[in-house]
Amino acid sequence: MSAVTGPISYHGPTPQPQRASSDNYLNHTRGVMSWAFTLDHKRIGLMYMIGILASFLLAGLFAIMVRTMLWHPLTAEAGASQGALNSAHDLYNHMFTLHGAVMVFMFIIPSVPAILGNFILPMQLGAKDVAFPRLNLLSFYCWVVGGVFFVYLLLSGVLHAMGFNVPGGYGLDTGWTFYTPYSDAKAQGSVVAATIGVFILGFSSILTGLNFIASIHMLRPRGMGWFKMPLFLWALYSTSLIQILATPVLAITVMLLCAERAIGIGIFDPARGGDPVLFQHFFWFYSHPAVYIMVLPSMGIISELIVAFSRKHIFGYSFIAMSSLAIALLSFFVWGHHMFISGQSAVTDAIFSLITFAVAIPSAVKVFNWLATLFRADIRLKVPMMYALGFIMLFTIGGLTGLFLGTLAVDVPLTNTYFIVAHFHYVMMGSTLFAFIGGMYYWWPKMFGKMYNETFAHVAFWFVFVGFNLTFFPQFIAGTKGMPRRYASYPVLSSDGRPTHFVTYHRLSTTGAYTMGTGLFLVLGTWIQSLRRGKQAPPNPWGANTLEWRCPSPPPHDNFTETPVADDPYDLSGWKYVSEEVGWVYDREQAAADVAAHVAH
Amino acid sequence: MLHAILAASDPTFWLPRGASTVSGDVDMLFNIVMWICIFFFVLVTVLLLLFVVMYRHRPGVKRSTAAEHSTLLELTWTLIPSIIVVFLYYYGFRQYMNMVIEPPNAYEITATGKMWQWSFTYPTGVETNELHVPVNVPVRVILQSNDVIHSLYIPAFRVKKDVVPGRFNRLWFQATDNGQYDIYCTDYCGTNHSTMRSTAVVESQADFDKWMKITIDTNNNLPPVQKGKKLYMTQGCAQCHTLDGTRLVGPSWKDMWGRTEQLESGPDIVVNAPYVTESILLPQAKIVKGYPPSMPPFQLKPADISALMEFMKSISSHTSAADMMPTTGPATQPAATEPALTGSTTQK
Repeated sequence: MSAVTGPISYHGPTPQPQRASSDNYLNHTRGVMSWAFTLDHKRIGLMYMIGILASFLLAGLFAIMVRTMLWHPLTAEAGASQGALNSAHDLYNHMFTLHGAVMVFMFIIPSVPAILGNFILPMQLGAKDVAFPRLNLLSFYCWVVGGVFFVYLLLSGVLHAMGFNVPGGYGLDTGWTFYTPYSDAKAQGSVVAATIGVFILGFSSILTGLNFIASIHMLRPRGMGWFKMPLFLWALYSTSLIQILATPVLAITVMLLCAERAIGIGIFDPARGGDPVLFQHFFWFYSHPAVYIMVLPSMGIISELIVAFSRKHIFGYSFIAMSSLAIALLSFFVWGHHMFISGQSAVTDAIFSLITFAVAIPSAVKVFNWLATLFRADIRLKVPMMYALGFIMLFTIGGLTGLFLGTLAVDVPLTNTYFIVAHFHYVMMGSTLFAFIGGMYYWWPKMFGKMYNETFAHVAFWFVFVGFNLTFFPQFIAGTKGMPRRYASYPVLSSDGRPTHFVTYHRLSTTGAYTMGTGLFLVLGTWIQSLRRGKQAPPNPWGANTLEWRCPSPPPHDNFTETPVADDPYDLSGWKYVSEEVGWVYDREQAAADVAAHVAH
Repeated sequence: MLHAILAASDPTFWLPRGASTVSGDVDMLFNIVMWICIFFFVLVTVLLLLFVVMYRHRPGVKRSTAAEHSTLLELTWTLIPSIIVVFLYYYGFRQYMNMVIEPPNAYEITATGKMWQWSFTYPTGVETNELHVPVNVPVRVILQSNDVIHSLYIPAFRVKKDVVPGRFNRLWFQATDNGQYDIYCTDYCGTNHSTMRSTAVVESQADFDKWMKITIDTNNNLPPVQKGKKLYMTQGCAQCHTLDGTRLVGPSWKDMWGRTEQLESGPDIVVNAPYVTESILLPQAKIVKGYPPSMPPFQLKPADISALMEFMKSISSHTSAADMMPTTGPATQPAATEPALTGSTTQK
């Protein structure tokens, strides 16, 4: 270990956590206004948390609705009239669209950066706040205003169902991808409201990214060179680069779509001289990098969790850090793999296929480095670690199934079937959601100063893990068998009279969705229980060496009473577990002994 | 795990039975990718579980710290996956080119996607909703859309291509086994996307020729009302217009002919030959009040329009017997009236 050259590797004050005082960021000032106009990154993070979790609940209910409808194949042969069938199809189409749109734009993209990033990033930097606190509050209100448009979409759908006439269309039935010319010429949904909402949400994302980049450049403390930065910060940095470079393209795209829908300019609609495939290029130029906006911060969380609960230095720090940047860079050049069957030239397909395979490498490098960190470690299976291990397994499945889709000839039969649905849920949900929940448990004691119930949270984990796999693994099989995605109804018999078995896979999947839903409510239960009855959390309950653990739990308004000095964030020598109440404390003698043992080794 | 391995070795567990010249090679590639995936998944999972069990924290047990960096290891697990993906890329691309480059002299069929129905037009001019192809003959399918993007997917042939309005995408296949195979639309296209399904019928050349002859003969000899009814089904009119009086997207055809309607622009109009002809060719010209302007134009031959109108008359109570054409004999007369774009509105 090159960083450790002497018995004590710290250059400044000892990294002893600062003791809790009665004054913290939660009770520093009081009243609604003190929250609504707060510039404190922690309060903004908390407000984001409430809004984003509410969006997740909403989008999750849409998913449950979708899965419930798919329990029955809903075929015309069952005796339903064409009119009843049309209504059922419309309802399903609205549900899967709202599920996708709310999940992507309001939950997954902001989840890790806006909640955990906002809360943790300044503290990991040993700073009092982000670089631009006012911009941070503006980004929150952009998110809120964008969210209002999505609430309008939902309400307009409800009003229409109640028999009111909603001008400009109701709900949204275009799919979250807004493919033209359906979205600009045919769809009955309120595409204009949706695109304005996405446009405004985009600004929230851009401002957060801008703030994080400035913060990481300007606010790093003494001792934190670029390669002494926690990997969570590297991941957020890479994510922010994508956010500020790619999101404007989405903003332009949805504005063009909005203009086409509202005033009929001919950019995408072939009936007006436009090109619908151009929309797909524009859309995926943002939305593929957006996949990495969703998954890169999660990878950063996993690096933190693996180290803290393995009690061991991360393996291959620089490879993990650089792989984040490599993924961010390559993510801009793979968008065409969403359009292998759209009729783009075979040469274009070949180039995008090759670059797509190239992204697999840095992702694989990360997985192997995490595994190597576990080797000869001292593993504690606390709840955050369970989610981290779950992440590795699910991300491996999600990543490997990407190989099928990158291989051109195999992509042709599989694309746009449930295979795709399963693949991206393993990546977006199995990975991002697991890392998000793991990160929430990990930083929960810091955020609220309360511990959660370990047993209760373990039970919830198993519901989520088993439910997740039961939901999405059968979808791989249904997809290879040809079940197309976005189908409100599906055939029970194939053309040759043999059963398709789709109904079996859908029912397994629906059962899984209910199991996972139960698990997620249990997760919420553990958090509520912790707030109400949780034990007081010590400053450093996990013995991690990143700076956020050196301020009290919950942190005071200004985070640190004295500016901390950073060192290797993954050198855990010297941290000693005392008790549940005291947590881990830094012990100079222990540090000397640890280092001596290491040198001897 | 064992279950997954056993299941994976059964070729019918994953992909449906293949029935085209490319399906064998695609399936082999699928299996290669699958075994690579299974290998790495097992590797990662076994190591993960092994480490968790072996190195789980036990009070009092001190671990000697392991290395935290190894360039050799990093290079190994960068290079091995790189070699594997280059190999996958190469074979994927090579096989893809086999699927893209169509053999010369293929039999050409035009597939038209419209919300929410497929129609297939053969070189003989015959148009059907089911795809009929001869076995062991290369078939080229030219894809065109009347409205939004659709996607033609025949799982058993391992082919799929988007049907994009304003473009002429194409795909080809050569079916190897007689039988009936599913056709799906796989690009979301609105309300009834999920019922935009059809069947591909693969039969011997002799059977195919016989089917074609019968279809042509039937089409030529149908009485106008029957021909109109057939067009109602094959052209996709049924997607929006019912025959029993219930309203879908457009008006029901029951009792529509001869009725007086109010237009969105104000004046009244009688549903007669000029108006129906115009509404088929230029549907947006005059919209009846209360209906969305969502019908796409249909470029039908005059004889077909005429047959459709006969069918409309046959199900309307506003039709007098004198309006009807003779119910026997082929419908060869041209449309009764040229599309009179001024219509018969009462507007001044």
